[in-house]
Amino acid sequence: MEILPVLRALRHNKVGAVLIALQIAATLAIISNSLSMVQQRLQWMHRPSGIDEAHIFALTNTWTADPSDLHARIAGDLAALRSLPGVVDAEATNTTPLAGVEWHWPLARGSDQTKFAAWTAIFLVDEHGLDTYGLKLSAGRWFKPEEVGEIRSGQTKFPPVVVITQSVAKDLFPAGNALGQVLYFEHAGSSRIVGIVETMQRPSDTAGWGNPWREYSVFTPFQYVNNGILYVVRTKPGEQAALLRAAPAKLMSLTRERIIENLQPFSEIRRNAERGNRATIIMLAVLNALLLTITAFGVIGLTTYWVGQRRRQIGMRRALGARKIDILRYFHTENLLIAASGCVLGVALGLLGNTWLAGRLEIHRMSLSYACMGALIVLVLCQLAVLWPALRAASVPPAIATRGL
Amino acid sequence: MMLGYYFQIALHSLRRNVALTALMIAAVGVGIGASMTMLTTLVAMTADPIPDKSSQLFVPQIDVSGEASKAHNDKWIPRQLPYHDALALMKLQPDVRQAAMYQVSLNVRPAQGDPFPAAGRATGADFFSMFEVPFSSGVAWDHKAEEGRDNVVVLSSRLAGRAFPDAEAVGKTISLGKHDYRVIGVIRPWNPIPRFYDADAWAWPNGDDFFLPFRVAIERQIDAVNYDCDATELPLDWAGRLNSDCPWVQLWVELPAAAQVRSFRTALQNYAAEAQRLGRFQWLPLVALRNVSEWLDTLGIVPNEVRVDSMIATGFLVVCLINAVGLMLAKFSGRAMDLSVRRALGASRVNLFVQCLTETLIVGLLGGVLGLALTAAGLAALRGLRGVSHSDATAAQLLSLDMKMVAITFAVAVLTTLCSGLYPAWRASRVQPGWQLKTQ
Repeated sequence: MEILPVLRALRHNKVGAVLIALQIAATLAIISNSLSMVQQRLQWMHRPSGIDEAHIFALTNTWTADPSDLHARIAGDLAALRSLPGVVDAEATNTTPLAGVEWHWPLARGSDQTKFAAWTAIFLVDEHGLDTYGLKLSAGRWFKPEEVGEIRSGQTKFPPVVVITQSVAKDLFPAGNALGQVLYFEHAGSSRIVGIVETMQRPSDTAGWGNPWREYSVFTPFQYVNNGILYVVRTKPGEQAALLRAAPAKLMSLTRERIIENLQPFSEIRRNAERGNRATIIMLAVLNALLLTITAFGVIGLTTYWVGQRRRQIGMRRALGARKIDILRYFHTENLLIAASGCVLGVALGLLGNTWLAGRLEIHRMSLSYACMGALIVLVLCQLAVLWPALRAASVPPAIATRGL
Repeated sequence: MMLGYYFQIALHSLRRNVALTALMIAAVGVGIGASMTMLTTLVAMTADPIPDKSSQLFVPQIDVSGEASKAHNDKWIPRQLPYHDALALMKLQPDVRQAAMYQVSLNVRPAQGDPFPAAGRATGADFFSMFEVPFSSGVAWDHKAEEGRDNVVVLSSRLAGRAFPDAEAVGKTISLGKHDYRVIGVIRPWNPIPRFYDADAWAWPNGDDFFLPFRVAIERQIDAVNYDCDATELPLDWAGRLNSDCPWVQLWVELPAAAQVRSFRTALQNYAAEAQRLGRFQWLPLVALRNVSEWLDTLGIVPNEVRVDSMIATGFLVVCLINAVGLMLAKFSGRAMDLSVRRALGASRVNLFVQCLTETLIVGLLGGVLGLALTAAGLAALRGLRGVSHSDATAAQLLSLDMKMVAITFAVAVLTTLCSGLYPAWRASRVQPGWQLKTQ
């Protein structure tokens, strides 16, 4: 292809070419970083929580007076909830995945309990926990009724047995022999591992980045005794809508001296947790679409201007035998050269910017593939943008070369 | 006179190539709109919540956990104090305004209707004057009432309206938790965002609904919401909590004079050193005495998302301006002919330069108008995305334009467009009239 004449012609339009290249470089730097951020967030949003999300709802319950027989009242509520037709199982607990508020305890590596390993989320459950959440046991067993103790707010007790997630198992027992081993907490307490579930997302795993202990959850066989408790209910398919009304009504029929709040299906808990991420993704998408549009218009504007400037030269080329396709190809080649040099600069700028951002804001490093993907998008877009002015150039009549001489 | 002429010619020239002009205005407008949307959010989040007092209100902190001292990082000092330390620090300068406080949450039982929970604050009598809380009726309690353990409460206008829909709340009795309190004041809607006076600034987006005397709350064993220690270190009984080293009380001190700040800081350091000497700590605890802006800094008020977004928006503005430079270059080169004629007829280079800049100024002004509209639209969209409803008036104010931001938006639009027009205008004014005219 005739690159040399294109380059020679560009020498007459240095400033315009440099401006377009710079604009493309900045655009690419921004969109490659945005792509990488959007992808990280999507990845986070699509991680499984480990529970039967479609059939679970939750509500918080507080008694208005501070009753002294809390344990019995909770047991009564649970029996009532479990007896409702359409309910698979129900549980009184401290929190759910993605709920935001969590209890966390420090895990230790090794029996001397001095070496901190991770912060793990603590879920308080009884023998109904497995069925209520619809968890998948990958090894061992769930708790037996006689293992379930009692814990109050602010209390720390270490149960004799626990069930952990595979993430905890893999981290603390890389040999794969976690079942039956002892789980140590930092400074105090230890429990024997009797079961391993595939996964259970943490309550506070709501940020898009930063948390290194994402699926670190430990189930403890405790009845949480507190005025202010979360009831989690799992329903049979198709029963949820009816039970979202029936469950609070049933509880109210036991006593009206209570406040029921945050009655919501799990899908809503998830939506709330993902709100910030979704907002960011939409905003980045809109910003980048606008950015690409502006860059495309910049290319169109400048090329149109060049075409206007070179009408006579184009006419001469046509008169000397160049076909329309040759003129078209000339402008596309010119644009490709400018855009490609802009992209080279843009990839470098994008990686540099990412390094700088990663150092300050705990975001993941961008892989080169995002920069390349961004470069491809920009190149294709520029080629498309240049098509219209190039077609106008190709339609310049050869006769123009002879006019005005 | 001359300026009017410039404007006329500029308008005429802009009209001649409507497509290119529209493109320039759109580019400037979109760039301004996107970046100002983000900047408004950032400014709102970093704004000084109490400008006339932010350098006089201080939070004393002591590293009772030891982690900050071991890491030599004073950002890790617990944000709250143990109860007994808070009381001891209040004796350092007994004559200044100061208030110990903690967050509580109690159930309200209205005379009619179902009970509901409300967030509130147990705090000292000085709280209201320190933070300039506006009252709509009644008054705050005074030191005498606090010493006398009076059962009084100050309500937010929201809670007053909900609990006493038909009547004036002051003088009535309200049931909070297990006790009744006499309402002595109702404040006007007052909800600084972020709620900088609390250690957990983003909790309770609707603000505090009631204020109880600190001593009354302590005596009635009303539980705190935030304990800054592991559950293992928190005693279960109330006397244990009052004596424990678990931090759960916040202290604010008003120190109007620099000398007071110095002496308070020294006294705070001495207090910590003395505690170490007595064997309470195995480390020399780091201490901090932070004013409002330093305190906000440690709270890390601005979320990462907002920082990233505003960086991207700034990059966006840069791209739009490069774009504008290119388009303006194209525009002015297309006008080489008229400029040559004017030059040949006696206009100076300066005349042409100013003429071209006038054109960019018009583009900047129109771009600013478009940018303003887009900023307003962008903020409305952000409110929707982040789930801020219109009823949530104070949170909505975070994401809305005020007159200052309107002025800034306009100034940024005009200034940046003028800057981007400098080079194209300069080049256009260097036109060679003889050469241009000869080719025709």
